[in-house]
Amino acid sequence: MFILITGLLLGGTYALIALGLNLQYGVARIMNLANGEMLVAGGFAAFWFYTAGQINPVVGLIVIAPVAFVVNWLLYRIMLQPLVTRAKSRGALEVDSILATFGMSFAFVGIMTWAFGGGYFNYAFLAQPVEIFSSSYAQNRVVAFVLAVVIGGALWLWLTFTRTGLKLRAVSVNPAAAPLVGVDVRAASALAFALGGAVTATGGALVSMFFTLDASVGVLFTMKALIIIIMGGVGDIRGTIVAAVILGIAETAVARLIDPGLTLAAAYLLFLLVLLFRPQGLFGKARG
Amino acid sequence: MIRRTIMTGAAAAALFAGSLGAAGAQDTILLGAAAPQTGPLAGGATVTHWPAVRLWVQQTNEDGGLQVGDQQMTIELVEYDDQTNPQQAIQAAQRMATQDEVDFMVAPYSTGLNLAAAPIFAQLGYPMITGTAVTDQQPALAAQFPNMFFVLGRTSVMAEDTAQLLVDMRERGDLGDRVALVNVADAFGIEMAGISKAILEENGFEIVYETSYPLGTQDLAPVIDGARAAEADAFIAWSYPGDTFALTDQAIVQNFAPQVFFTAVATAFPAYQERFGDQIEGVLGMGGVNADDPAFQEFAQAHMEMAGQAPDYWASAATYAALEILGQAIEGAGTTDRAAVLEYLQDQSHEYATILGPVNFNENNDNERYWTVGQWQDGVFRGVASQGRDGVTEVETFDGWN
Repeated sequence: MFILITGLLLGGTYALIALGLNLQYGVARIMNLANGEMLVAGGFAAFWFYTAGQINPVVGLIVIAPVAFVVNWLLYRIMLQPLVTRAKSRGALEVDSILATFGMSFAFVGIMTWAFGGGYFNYAFLAQPVEIFSSSYAQNRVVAFVLAVVIGGALWLWLTFTRTGLKLRAVSVNPAAAPLVGVDVRAASALAFALGGAVTATGGALVSMFFTLDASVGVLFTMKALIIIIMGGVGDIRGTIVAAVILGIAETAVARLIDPGLTLAAAYLLFLLVLLFRPQGLFGKARG
Repeated sequence: MIRRTIMTGAAAAALFAGSLGAAGAQDTILLGAAAPQTGPLAGGATVTHWPAVRLWVQQTNEDGGLQVGDQQMTIELVEYDDQTNPQQAIQAAQRMATQDEVDFMVAPYSTGLNLAAAPIFAQLGYPMITGTAVTDQQPALAAQFPNMFFVLGRTSVMAEDTAQLLVDMRERGDLGDRVALVNVADAFGIEMAGISKAILEENGFEIVYETSYPLGTQDLAPVIDGARAAEADAFIAWSYPGDTFALTDQAIVQNFAPQVFFTAVATAFPAYQERFGDQIEGVLGMGGVNADDPAFQEFAQAHMEMAGQAPDYWASAATYAALEILGQAIEGAGTTDRAAVLEYLQDQSHEYATILGPVNFNENNDNERYWTVGQWQDGVFRGVASQGRDGVTEVETFDGWN
């Protein structure tokens, strides 16, 4: 039970890390390597709210998420749209966006180092235990898990049952054909990218409750997010959540039952198996 | 990433520079420093390395600079970010020597970067006084790089002292036999765990839980759960900052309170105390200082005023002391000629007055008096074990998370 719950909580954390990138890559076709930095920025904002204003990080999301949305929308419009316009094929866009966002990630690290310094940031919010089935877990992890479920669920419902969601899915499936049925691909892509950024920053604010962050740590989150969305299937929210939970439980089980030293090996083994037997990802559709 | 800071804090120094500047003689010493401002070790360097370096430069200039022969010389600091990348650390050293033509260089931050930069420092002929390099290779390194000096101490001794502390506590009747030993899976963690395991087993301790976890892991609930399930009386973790925080956090959440709780790097950081408050009373960690020594308190005060943050209770003071030693060697040699300063440093009869207390180097360029283990007691991280330092406090039993 301990393994299952700890694994679920970890899976929730992973989902928070990866959901935003899935939107950005799946719909806007931007392989955003600065995703981890956006996450750390969200974490820093939450840290700042909490230490400077005693504002609860969950409440702080009311400000952090919209600000991140606007920032990411501008980033897309100013920096990434030209790449999309120029790209002759999907492959070319991927290479360009990888290079551009890789550069952006360094710029973000520089800005955050300048603004906050390079030190370690953490704070104690809801760091008390909560008892579930006679084992103790950190309240902040449980809160983050619940919010991950809420965010993931809301995104899925929104994408599945609303008109805007339908447009986003149309762009995700075929950006070339979507305009034929009256979808503004540019607007939809910008929306997806901005929303992805907001979700990532939200995830950052939530994981900052229990992770120690510093300005340079973002790349670790980017790596994790990449594995998860590729395992889960690009462009499918359900896949990301399922992959995150599988990864969380598998890592926890290996850590507890075999050896914590093998968690990375376990994660990459799963990744490899998915790539071998379902290269499009658990929920992905094979590309025609 | 390149920043050139000219420390002109003191009016006196500025006036002095103004009056002599026209004479054309060199009146500043150019000091080069390359250390992480970004990358995985930036967090540690921001706490420990940079404020101590800048503080020493500022204070020295406020005092009018160094007395070199019959000349008073202020210090100009040139900073580079090595991005926690050994290759960058080497390039930065080369650049400082050839482009900036610095007179002296501050040794980089961390064991790994110091080892990476040692050959280039030696090749370029710069004295290298390390404040954050802990290794066991001092004799071999000093033989290979006679310009390299070590202030912070030796790893094996630190692992030995930690294990010895457990032996003493058991003899006092404060500790059982069961030890959980975990480490971060890199050179540091593996080496320290190996040494402490050998000593603990030699002394009849039972290692009931032993494991390692990958660098950068912060999800450590399974490790704490494992140690708790093994009913360990003592928990020893050779950990790095992120995992030090995560292990402590999980131990509190799962209320895992053995008689000894030890985490390694960052336990002595002020951020550790800020994060956990008075819950950490009795937690043991690597390093330590003589917190009651007025010299350290004065340093901590100045550090606070300049950087807006307290120094850590371990290597901050050693980093500062490394520069004090460099300054005193330059003054002692009476010249900025690097060969002469190096010769002065290599003379084992010289002793340096530092905030750590007196320091001298043995035939392995090694400082033999240093702190090894500390403990949070009444909100201060006090040294509870040392090699030849005054002010060792008696170790207390850990009586749970408050």
